[in-house]
Amino acid sequence: MNRSAIDLWVGTFVVAAIAALLFLALKVGNLASFSSSQVYQVQAKFGNIGGLKVRAPVKSAGVVIGRVADIRFDNETYEAIVTINLGYEYQFPRDTTAKILTSGILGEQYVGLEAGGDGVMLKNGDRLRLTQSAVVLENLISQFLFNKAAEGKPEAKEPAK
Amino acid sequence: MQPIVEIRKLAFAYDPARPVLRDIDLSIERGSVVGIMGQSGCGKTTLLRVIMGALRPTAGEARVLGHNTRKLDTAGLYAMRRKMGMLFQFGALFTDMSVYENVAFPLREHANLPDDLLNDLVMMKLQAVGLRGAAHLAPTELSGGMARRVALARSIALDPSLILYDEPFTGLDPISFGVIVRLIRNLNDSLGATSVIVTHDVQEALGVVDYVYFMAAGRIIAQGTPAEIRASGEPFVRQFVNGSSEGPVPFHYPAPGYDADLELAAH
Amino acid sequence: MRVADLRARLERLGSGVSSHVWRLGFASRFLGYLVLHSGTALRRFRLTVAEIYFAGVLSLIIILVSGLFVGMVLALQGYETLQRFGASESLGVLVALSLVRELGPVVAGLLFASRAGSAITAEIGLMKATEQLSAMEMMAVDPIARVVAPRFWGGVLSMPLLAALFSAMGIFGGYIVGVQLIGVDPGAFWSQMQAAVDLRNDILNGVIKSVVFGIAVTWIAVFEGYDAPPTAEGVSRATTRTVVTSSLAILALDFVLTALMFTGGNHQ
Repeated sequence: MNRSAIDLWVGTFVVAAIAALLFLALKVGNLASFSSSQVYQVQAKFGNIGGLKVRAPVKSAGVVIGRVADIRFDNETYEAIVTINLGYEYQFPRDTTAKILTSGILGEQYVGLEAGGDGVMLKNGDRLRLTQSAVVLENLISQFLFNKAAEGKPEAKEPAK
Repeated sequence: MQPIVEIRKLAFAYDPARPVLRDIDLSIERGSVVGIMGQSGCGKTTLLRVIMGALRPTAGEARVLGHNTRKLDTAGLYAMRRKMGMLFQFGALFTDMSVYENVAFPLREHANLPDDLLNDLVMMKLQAVGLRGAAHLAPTELSGGMARRVALARSIALDPSLILYDEPFTGLDPISFGVIVRLIRNLNDSLGATSVIVTHDVQEALGVVDYVYFMAAGRIIAQGTPAEIRASGEPFVRQFVNGSSEGPVPFHYPAPGYDADLELAAH
Repeated sequence: MRVADLRARLERLGSGVSSHVWRLGFASRFLGYLVLHSGTALRRFRLTVAEIYFAGVLSLIIILVSGLFVGMVLALQGYETLQRFGASESLGVLVALSLVRELGPVVAGLLFASRAGSAITAEIGLMKATEQLSAMEMMAVDPIARVVAPRFWGGVLSMPLLAALFSAMGIFGGYIVGVQLIGVDPGAFWSQMQAAVDLRNDILNGVIKSVVFGIAVTWIAVFEGYDAPPTAEGVSRATTRTVVTSSLAILALDFVLTALMFTGGNHQ
């Protein structure tokens, strides 16, 4: 195997591998993460964030418009403080509601924004006033059982009459 | 004239309890062909490695080409080796390169030569060993004798002042034998170099060397010109030169009494 | 009698452990020396390119074919299970994540160790046994810089490339089986995959893994070759040791890296 043949083969090998990497990066992965484009930050306080994680998506009308940047605990109000990065091109009114929702039934949790009607838009560092905590499964179940028990009691009184 | 190799009271041991070389005094004159002979395991290859700088003496001094091998750092060692050439027992050719590339190797590594000059030098070296026509063969296509000649061409590529031979005659047919013997002498004289041959092929070596050092059990027990060695009365030398099976070196490996090992005698 | 027996066993265990520790130390110094003297391998890049050919290009066939089959099997097995939960459209996600995060680097690494790693060990070991390395030293050329370093860098550079090709081939194989053979919707296959596979978290981490594996395998291969006793038996034992030790190292490192990368990142 002479030198030029080796060079040719190695060159082909490297090109093929780079092509494979590009294929993986572009067609397989998603390059549309919000790390590169311009963002502004907004905070929201929640009573319970459930299973929300940093880097979870922030969606409005089902479209990803931002990412969760940071999650902290406020030791005075005993609430969770969630900081989110929103893309510069998405402007929301000051009275927008932030809810913690689940994708699918048992899927990942994300922050859903529902736009309000205020004329003034959110700026970097603002705080969302209206929030709705995550649905916690245990509370849901105990609520369900409580309701069932409450229904059962008036009926139980009937036969005793 | 300063001897090209000068060794005084040299000792070497891998492990202090078992010395390999003891009290060696050796001196090799410029331009001579010197033989170091002895039985297998007497320490002659170790001595060669000390001269080469691969092993550092544990005591005494070895001055090779003006360098004190005990005090050399890597750079100094490599500088010394550029003036030396070594022929290994089975050639040690690089199997992934052709004959031409093998001989060109030291030239490529140490001298920045234009291709045509390099080509001429390689062809000259191959011509000197009679293998110019084999330049494009691969080492696996060569016979033992041819491989050794190519290795010899490679070791003289940089025109060394000192050429070392580790058992150059082992396993050669009589014709290749004669070729190597002739080459050793001719190259030594035409290059103005000095040669050191480690071997146990007594008769053939005595025909080519100018001086002989005889070793046994890590010491030099006899030295002299071939004529002196042939006439020597030293028992070990006599046994070695004549190839007798009896003498200071016994036939039997040490063992307890014969009767003790025989099963039949016990009954 | 029993105490002496036990003592003898403990001594053997102790000396076994300490000799392994000693050998690891020796191997680390060897690696350090190798990296420091890599100047020749990098300046005369031709040498390293030749080694990329021997380690990388010649491993292509086994890597591509294995990648294809692994991807195809993933799709088959994955579909089997996913469709029970009505999640068969996530097949693309399953195949892609399994390959990019784990199977690509690990399986390609194991194949590389057994094909290229063993070849490197055998080659260096044989060069040592036939005194070629000593001959080089005698010609004032450092064999570690000239012979070992190019092989090391050739292996380290080839490994991530091979892992990427393995993953790509696997996803293609998964596509062939999933979409063409089984009939999963191609739009769902690709779009769900793109939504789930993250460039930084998954692909980059997979690449980092393959680089780490490449360093580990090639280091073991060159060291075992250089340290092999210069006999036929010695070289053959060293070659076996390369494959076994590299494989264990890959699996152990995979656990450590996975723990660091894929579970540590999402703290609350």
